[in-house]
Amino acid sequence: MKFDTPAGTNPIDQMKVVGKAHNRIDGALKTAGMAPYAYEHHDAVNNAAYGSIVGAGIAKGRIRAMDLSAARRAPGVVAIVTAENAGTLGKGMFNTVKLLGGPEVDHYHQAIALVVAETFEQARAAASLVKVDYAESEGRFDLKAEQSRAIVPENDGAGGRPDTDTGDFAAAFQASPVTLDATYTTPAQSHAAMEPHASMAAWQDGKLTVWTSNQMIDWTRTDLATTLGMQKEDIRLLSPFIGGGFGGKLFLRADAVLAALGAREARRPVKVAMPRPLVPNNTTHRPATIQRIRIGASRDGKITAFGHETLNGNQPGGSMEPAVVQSRFLYAGANRMTRNRLAVMDLPEGNAMRAPGEAPGLMALEVAMDEMAEKLGIDPVEFRILNDTQVDPEHPDRPFSLRQLARCLRDGAERFGWNRRNATPASVRDGRWLVGMGVAAAFRNNLNLPSGARVRLRGDGTLIVETDMTDIGTGSYTIIAQTAAEMLGLRLDQVTVRLGDSAYPVSAGSGGQFGANSATSGVYAACVKLREQVAQRLGFNASDTVFADGEVRAGNRVARLRDGAQEGEIVAEDRIEWGDLSRTYQQSTFGAHFVEVAVDSFTGETRVRRMLAVCAAGRILNPQTARSQVIGAMTMGVGGALMEELALDHRRGFFVNHDLAGYEVPVHADIPHQDVIFLDEADEKVSPMKAKGIGELGLCGVGAAVANAVYNATGVRIRDYPVTLDKYLDRLPAVS
Amino acid sequence: MKSFTYERATSAPDAASKAVSIPGAKFIAGGTNLLDLMKLEIEAPRHLIDVNGLGFDKIEDTADGGLRIGALVNNTALAADARVRRSYGVLSRALLAGASGQLRNKATTAGNLLQRTRCPYFYDTNQPCNKRQPGSGCAAIGGFSRQLAVIGSSEACIATHPSDMAVAMRVLDATVETVNAQGQARNIPIAEFHRLPEATPHIETTLAPGELITAVTLPAPAGGQHLYRKVRDRASYAFALISVAAVIQPDGTGRVAVGGVAHKPWRIDEADAQLPRGAKAVAERLFTGARPTPENGFKVPLAERALASVIHEARAS
Ligand SMILES: Cc1cc2nc3c(=O)[nH]c(=O)nc-3n(C[C@H](O)[C@H](O)[C@H](O)COP(=O)(O)OP(=O)(O)OC[C@H]3O[C@@H](n4cnc5c(N)ncnc54)[C@H](O)[C@@H]3O)c2cc1C
Ligand code: SF4
Repeated sequence: MKFDTPAGTNPIDQMKVVGKAHNRIDGALKTAGMAPYAYEHHDAVNNAAYGSIVGAGIAKGRIRAMDLSAARRAPGVVAIVTAENAGTLGKGMFNTVKLLGGPEVDHYHQAIALVVAETFEQARAAASLVKVDYAESEGRFDLKAEQSRAIVPENDGAGGRPDTDTGDFAAAFQASPVTLDATYTTPAQSHAAMEPHASMAAWQDGKLTVWTSNQMIDWTRTDLATTLGMQKEDIRLLSPFIGGGFGGKLFLRADAVLAALGAREARRPVKVAMPRPLVPNNTTHRPATIQRIRIGASRDGKITAFGHETLNGNQPGGSMEPAVVQSRFLYAGANRMTRNRLAVMDLPEGNAMRAPGEAPGLMALEVAMDEMAEKLGIDPVEFRILNDTQVDPEHPDRPFSLRQLARCLRDGAERFGWNRRNATPASVRDGRWLVGMGVAAAFRNNLNLPSGARVRLRGDGTLIVETDMTDIGTGSYTIIAQTAAEMLGLRLDQVTVRLGDSAYPVSAGSGGQFGANSATSGVYAACVKLREQVAQRLGFNASDTVFADGEVRAGNRVARLRDGAQEGEIVAEDRIEWGDLSRTYQQSTFGAHFVEVAVDSFTGETRVRRMLAVCAAGRILNPQTARSQVIGAMTMGVGGALMEELALDHRRGFFVNHDLAGYEVPVHADIPHQDVIFLDEADEKVSPMKAKGIGELGLCGVGAAVANAVYNATGVRIRDYPVTLDKYLDRLPAVS
Repeated sequence: MKSFTYERATSAPDAASKAVSIPGAKFIAGGTNLLDLMKLEIEAPRHLIDVNGLGFDKIEDTADGGLRIGALVNNTALAADARVRRSYGVLSRALLAGASGQLRNKATTAGNLLQRTRCPYFYDTNQPCNKRQPGSGCAAIGGFSRQLAVIGSSEACIATHPSDMAVAMRVLDATVETVNAQGQARNIPIAEFHRLPEATPHIETTLAPGELITAVTLPAPAGGQHLYRKVRDRASYAFALISVAAVIQPDGTGRVAVGGVAHKPWRIDEADAQLPRGAKAVAERLFTGARPTPENGFKVPLAERALASVIHEARAS
């Protein structure tokens, strides 16, 4: 099915199942510990051995020699894989750096060997016996130092041009009576998913099966085939349950490659889990950025000049963190420019992490907007509304498909009690606490990817949905079941959903908040086909049949749905493809974040008191799972604002705090009260589901709302994340 | 993890003598620190002597009105003990500010005193670290040192002792009771228990090889207000950037110890004497000779401000 005209009325509009709050249908399995994760498919193979990864101990250089003798002699060791015996390996599309290093070392903790043994403990002990003699070389580890050598990348990291210019930014900025020119930095961040990267591989007759933890089955299957020099058809990838991804599991990574190589070498199935201390440097991370924002406005608050420049580093051939994307769409202003610059560096590979681009971009932009509002003496909510736009500011003839940013801001302000905010910073006290409120706009582009699904109607009237879509804890199982139930007039418990298996039709996968809308649209397409087939079998005219309550009705004829499958299962498969609507209309999601913080006037500790998100993201397929996405994202936003930073050792070129003791993410005590509101929307220009992404929107802008609240509380403006007390302690009121 | 042998100790002297006679032997109590370090091969004992069965899990009144806390009393039980809560509130508060409920259920009094540093380079076996591998150098000096020591550090090591409990023990003038391989008992004042790093940061306490902790005793209650203030980036489940343990009397005199700033809980008698004059005077004396790194200089003013907070709280109630 090609979606190329706005959706008219369709069966989803009934909203009998879709749009209703439902518990996750896989929830019971998870709470009972019965949902098998990558490392836990105990029944799938016999005799699995365990692989332990050796990570490079230097950031840059060459392996002169590797002494494996002690490791080979260690108890239980079955096989050792290094670049020397792994054979020629290709490189996938989606990983920048080789996943098995050696003799060159490209970054710290790059995998350089896998030691396979009978037990996990034996493998780990033997791995520590691998002795490596390195020739270390100079590396480029300091983003600021590399700034002057930065290059213009091919694109902005999101497929757009690296430089954009509209009107005459320089002249307009110069002429603006009120201007801001400020530089912001965001640190490198780690996805910190609960489940580390893990895979189990088994070979049989030259064919490979990999149970893994991965968001994108087809990308990863394809890249694994490329890496191993195989036909993709000879690889089966399964990833039915995933303990969090956040972008860190979008791609083929070392665990899957090494499990496959280890299993080949050991001639038996091999399991590999990335040890937690290896995750931050071995896998991808969100790269640090340095961003400069210039805004010029008239005295009455209309933006006339808008410039956003960003810089990040990456491995040779690596990509941009698209941190200026939102700045092209979020606010009006006739004269504008964006710039992307990329420094080539030797740190671990930077790549997508939840809301790549918008997350760090808005951390900067929405503080800049707060600063600008203050300069203008305009309330920050009003300043944003004043510069709202219903068209793409770079292409005024191109409207948004649906944009209710102003309503998000207004409704949120009212619900949050924004009018109680004192605009004068550092003026509200509650005992020893300095109290402040902050706001930020949320923005994240909507993306749609082609997505296929197969549906099977069984003789007992139940339905099976099969697609290689993944559920990374988001609720894909549930919303897909809801979609199919709605389309066929079934109850939720009559639908079985099977996901995360390359034997099923290729889906959008989970990423870029495209999963929910794309995958359910693919299921919608398959269900439309199934309805046609059922109608035909039952002798109905497809166009006016109604599927409801397990029945098929047309005019005054009624038949049981199951009767359609009387002569055997009916199988229908289709795939949603996307026409030009995203070119004709700018498709984005919007929101507003409101945060109240209290800053300890003695110690400077910042504690969030309450948060509100108002989201406008098209039809909400399941308000319960959507809310979970948003509150999780808000939590992540607080982490980014107040604590998360991969601390870099500039001399040695690695992230030092590479475990969950050193890399702090919020705990329950950090998140006292969260409130989420969804505007009642249906965006018919986006998909037959009339839905858009929600999983990343909830993160976008949170960091800035927190930072703005800290400013309102203390009068101290911090432009370098995370906003930790050491950065403003000296500017708090005297206490002794 | 290296493979190791394991036994359950039958008596304290037996445990202590085996710890000396069996090469590479080590005690294990709750295992919450030691096992983590063994998995990373930062510690690689060849023999573990489990001391959990030795009956050191009681809290008893002492003749002079104090408390004798068995070495194996776990952190949850100690924090919840009615006598501790009534008369040694700073200890209860410090314990509850540490780790998580699950960990406190396992962590023991002796193990807590002996937990090792959280210097991130200590945990990464690719990096030089004098504490992990004597003579290899110190990667933290000149590196990421935000959490590390500001005072009492050396050219060899700038790590901190991470315990919350130990800071309270220090302010309470606790005494560590031990027994050695010969079966002799001795009492070590907490002030002398932890060492500064100097040239041998791998030697962290004044315990002799094989010496087993049997109890920690507290003197009779000192009265006053008991306060513990732990400052950290997230609200819970994080080690202290700095912490302040204080016992403050109604007349403004008292004692204070600071955590997260040195290789041991940091307390200076002359600084205690400055308490009536306020946080600034105390901090000046406490941090005379401080040598912070460019990344952790904030700890000195932070400690002063936390002190001010504690003094303020004591006066207010
Ligand atoms: C995730 C995490 C967070 C934490 N957060 C905090 C925190 O915020 N604040 C804090 O203070 N602590 C924290 N801790 C540390 C925790 O308090 C210690 O791990 C615990 O107290 C150690 O006690 P244990 O009984 O488990 O010691 P073990 O791990 O059993 O032993 C530790 C050491 O003590 C030795 N030992 C044990 N008993 C004796 C004895 N009787 N005599 C002589 N030697 C002995 C062992 O040989 C070993 O060297 C945290 C730990 C973890 C894992
Ligand atoms: S500070 Fe101490 S523990 Fe840390 S690396 Fe240096 S020697 Fe090791």
